[in-house]
Amino acid sequence: MTNPALEIRGLHKTYRNGFEALKGIDLTVAPGSFFALLGPNGAGKSTTIGIITSLINKTSGTVRVFGHDLDHEIQEVKRSIGVVPQEFNFNTFEPVGEIVVNQAGYYGIPRQEAWRRTRHYLGELGLWDQRKEMARTLSGGMKRRLMIARALVHEPRLLILDEPTAGVDIELRRSMWDFLRNINCDGRSIILTTHYLEEAERLCRSIAIIDHGRIVANTTMKSLLAKLDTETVVLDLLAPAERLPAHDSIVLRAVDELTLEADISRGQSLNILFQLLDRHAIKVQSMRNKTNRLEELFIRMTQTPSNRGKEIRTAR
Amino acid sequence: MKTSHLQEQWTALRTIVTKEILRFARIWVQTVLPPMITTALYLVIFGGLIGSRIGEMDGYRYMDFIVPGLIMLAVITNSYANVVSSFFSSKFQRHIEELMVSPVPNTLIILGFVGGGVARGLTVGIAVTIVSLFFSPLSVHSVAVTVSVVVLTSVVFALAGLINGVFARSFDEISIMPTFVLTPLTYLGGVFYSVSLLPDFWQSLSQLNPILYMVDAFRYGLLGTSDLALGTSYSIILAFIVALYLFALAILNRGIGIRS
Ligand SMILES: Nc1ncnc2c1ncn2[C@@H]1O[C@H](COP(=O)(O)OP(=O)(O)O)[C@@H](O)[C@H]1O
Ligand SMILES: [Mg+2]
Repeated sequence: MTNPALEIRGLHKTYRNGFEALKGIDLTVAPGSFFALLGPNGAGKSTTIGIITSLINKTSGTVRVFGHDLDHEIQEVKRSIGVVPQEFNFNTFEPVGEIVVNQAGYYGIPRQEAWRRTRHYLGELGLWDQRKEMARTLSGGMKRRLMIARALVHEPRLLILDEPTAGVDIELRRSMWDFLRNINCDGRSIILTTHYLEEAERLCRSIAIIDHGRIVANTTMKSLLAKLDTETVVLDLLAPAERLPAHDSIVLRAVDELTLEADISRGQSLNILFQLLDRHAIKVQSMRNKTNRLEELFIRMTQTPSNRGKEIRTAR
Repeated sequence: MKTSHLQEQWTALRTIVTKEILRFARIWVQTVLPPMITTALYLVIFGGLIGSRIGEMDGYRYMDFIVPGLIMLAVITNSYANVVSSFFSSKFQRHIEELMVSPVPNTLIILGFVGGGVARGLTVGIAVTIVSLFFSPLSVHSVAVTVSVVVLTSVVFALAGLINGVFARSFDEISIMPTFVLTPLTYLGGVFYSVSLLPDFWQSLSQLNPILYMVDAFRYGLLGTSDLALGTSYSIILAFIVALYLFALAILNRGIGIRS
């Protein structure tokens, strides 16, 4: 029986100012998986990652990485993880190559071997030519790639990336995705936080959705997408509907007096919907499709007036 | 298994120390040059111009008397400054996280930063000594005492700088201690005068100043005269090292100033 790459139980975090950022999180990430932790800003993604990587103290709960307990086997946990944080955290006045080589040194990797690996990873990420330049001269995307090389130099079994493509342009994002896919194919487990839905959808086979410090979904991407096999249409009415009819395969919701939403499964005939509406004398003036897919589901799962729609649409 | 673990730790320690040395070496104009210039000024003004009117101090030319004190002043301030600014900026720029996520134990983090501080303290100490050669001939009464006192003193202030760096939340807070505690204690620690010149009350009070013992022991190493017992000085220096080390380890283990 192989241990999960990550197993979190009942994780709580209350910051010193009293803010409860994590309200009891359970999460299991299978070894070898490419896992997305998806959630809007402030959901608790970085807090969770900070705890796993020893940057933040937890309040309670357990964290295990490949079976090693964070509280009792910290060294093994640290050796198993490579992390690419959300914010740049290298010395900008240090040369690129030295940043990666020094990180290897902290893991006890001798200088020569450290340079060999640095050459390999900086090369793969297109930064070997910049090895002698001060890190501050790199562009944003290059800085992000530098942090990826640094996270991989001790060859961890689990790579954790906190919003790796935030602020990275589309073309670069694609090549970063390819790189990560290859890393994952080599057998490394990857956990990625993001609020770009497209990113999670393209890369990850498993997904958890976090919101306000709680996990609201934890499943495979496939079964999550299967839930989306319903389509939502918006109906503008000529007159307010007296009463909403119930139906086996169609769900009707009133948005306001003159607007209805109907969920119908894909492949189902629209005629059934209209027969239902006819039977109950609901007069429809016009009808349109509501944008669907993950974002729809995401909004449904993390519904609060403040983050509804806003974040998601700009992120896309 | 055991030896390979030790080897890894040695690699990690060497990495931190090398990085710390490169850091101050890259900015030598800010780190090594200024103390050379100030020391030269002290020697010209106090040693040469004013010193010639002071006459002898403890049986030495005033110029010769202040050289050991000035070397110690440079070692103390630079050991402290190196660690406090390096540790604070690693918090400020967040690259302390590189160490925090890695399996480097806190003991090695302390040793690494202190190693960097001592390297800067000694580098500046040697540079200042070279400057002083233009003004005063160097005589070394006891190499063992001279070297051990300067290294141990450097360790004390590197540790103190580390503790300051851990607690500091702003650039202001890294200059408060040097300005309001370190500099006064050093100046009152017998750099420029022999405490035997002071009235009894002030002499007794001065004995509470740990820097006095360090400067005095160092002066003994170079000149062969001291106001205080050498054994006492060593004991005090070693006690400070142990206490400051334990305190630094405790605050790092608790993650003060670095882990929320
Ligand atoms: N050091 C801190 N002190 C107090 N509150 C914090 C701290 N860090 C983060 N928070 C709060 O915790 C919540 C979760 O933050 P974070 O984990 O960074 O979210 P995410 O990464 O999902 O955007 C946010 O509301 C944030 O304001
Ligand atoms: Mg975040």
